[in-house]
Amino acid sequence: MQSIDLATQTLRDANAALQAQAAQTNATSWEILNPRGAHAIAVGLDAPIEVTVRGSTGYYCAGMNKQATVHVAGSAGPGVAENMMSGMVIIDGDASQYAGATGRGGLLVIKGNAASRCGISMKGIDIVVQGNIGHMSAFMGQAGNLVVCGDAGEALGDSLYEARLFVRGSVKSLGADCIEKDMRPEHLELLRDLLERAGIDARPEDFRRYGSARKLYNFDIDNVGAY
Amino acid sequence: MCGIVGLFLKDAALKPQLGELLSDMLITMTDRGPDSAGIAIYGADTGGQVKLTVQSEAPEADFETLAADLGAALGADVQMTRRDSHAVLYLPGDQAEAARAALATLRPGLRVMSAGERIEIFKEVGLPRDVSERFDLRSMAGSHGIGHTRMATESAVTTQGAHPFSTGADQCLVHNGSLSNHNNLRRKLRHQGMRIESENDTEVGAAYLTWKMQNGASLGEALEGALDDLDGFFTFVVGTKDGFGVVRDPIACKPAVMAETDQYVAFGSEYRALVGLPGIENARVWEPEPATVYFWSH
Repeated sequence: MQSIDLATQTLRDANAALQAQAAQTNATSWEILNPRGAHAIAVGLDAPIEVTVRGSTGYYCAGMNKQATVHVAGSAGPGVAENMMSGMVIIDGDASQYAGATGRGGLLVIKGNAASRCGISMKGIDIVVQGNIGHMSAFMGQAGNLVVCGDAGEALGDSLYEARLFVRGSVKSLGADCIEKDMRPEHLELLRDLLERAGIDARPEDFRRYGSARKLYNFDIDNVGAY
Repeated sequence: MCGIVGLFLKDAALKPQLGELLSDMLITMTDRGPDSAGIAIYGADTGGQVKLTVQSEAPEADFETLAADLGAALGADVQMTRRDSHAVLYLPGDQAEAARAALATLRPGLRVMSAGERIEIFKEVGLPRDVSERFDLRSMAGSHGIGHTRMATESAVTTQGAHPFSTGADQCLVHNGSLSNHNNLRRKLRHQGMRIESENDTEVGAAYLTWKMQNGASLGEALEGALDDLDGFFTFVVGTKDGFGVVRDPIACKPAVMAETDQYVAFGSEYRALVGLPGIENARVWEPEPATVYFWSH
């Protein structure tokens, strides 16, 4: 395992070393020591490597991730896995606001709670949260799946496009144009696969599905109050 | 942007280290607020005395004979300790208002930063490290303290615009965010007789809380009221003589992290402000919920 200690090496050097790994690299296993809440740890990776961050991170950890697996053995600050393209990001603790924002692909797993705006403007990413999520989550979500094993805060899925939302616990309130929908066999199958890949032991049958009522796609004067 | 740090000690053994710990927390938040910095520190009880912390643009001239001049004007014994551009005046407990009035004549250029039995406020324009060194923050002891690093949005970069703000005895407020109804609220509070000295939005927030408490609200109730009556973005950390509170607006876009152990409760705008605290590895660390009042007291 390659080890980078942020107590002795600069963050810029650490990220440069991780970003320099080619698709065929032999150095597939990395750890980052002493993150001490630093910003932008392990961002912009583009190789099938595994990076373990041993501690909690600040803003924008694992942003723009492609191919890599980034595991934070702690909690993550705002904007973790923002705009992820592919690969996997796992947070052992909690994630602050806008986790997985604008993500286009890959899987983000949060073992604790996620704060507000989780999955805002998600565009294809899959997000599985073992705990609760905060208000305005999946706002304007366009594609992908958000799975919440706990409860969801206010205005879930406001102005939603085609992202699918699955919640096992309570939903404080649904946002504009977000409605509960039937859980069909293909959704149970999808959910089973996501939970399995996230390593979370939960029954798909215990979840409820929410999605877009598709009433706000185009401007309609009758909906003016909801815009 | 702005950075906030706060530390409320449960374990009295840490009291001598309060300034040291807060200083490191404050300096870590430099890139959230490099233009000014300030701290409110709650020191030992002064045994019935009241402390006035004053600031001067010309401290050499203003502070030279200040204690003697004020003592003569009040007919009372006044002690003073100076820290750079600030000085702490120790007065008999019933003399705070008389001292303010006397100072307006004796030293019109002085500004009163805080008044109370325990609170002292020190704030200046400059990098947090420099501000901390000017006041020798590391040497300060106390039971709780709040610090702020400022990146100005709503009013000028001046000492007066720096945080914390104190508008009532032993009370202070620091703020990350911006209030949008502060002009109207300032007018209303001034009509109610509140003293608001700057054009800063945060000072209005502080005066609002003081006004609520003067009308019988507890700090918790005053903070609940802020959620209804203040419009805008805020993460507030407030200090009282023996308490420490936190509240975020319902949108909660301004960051906040808290940590609690048997020894302390700590607040940081970011987790990295907390990493130097003793036992942080095993602390309970969480993000305070939106529109929820948190409060601890001794």
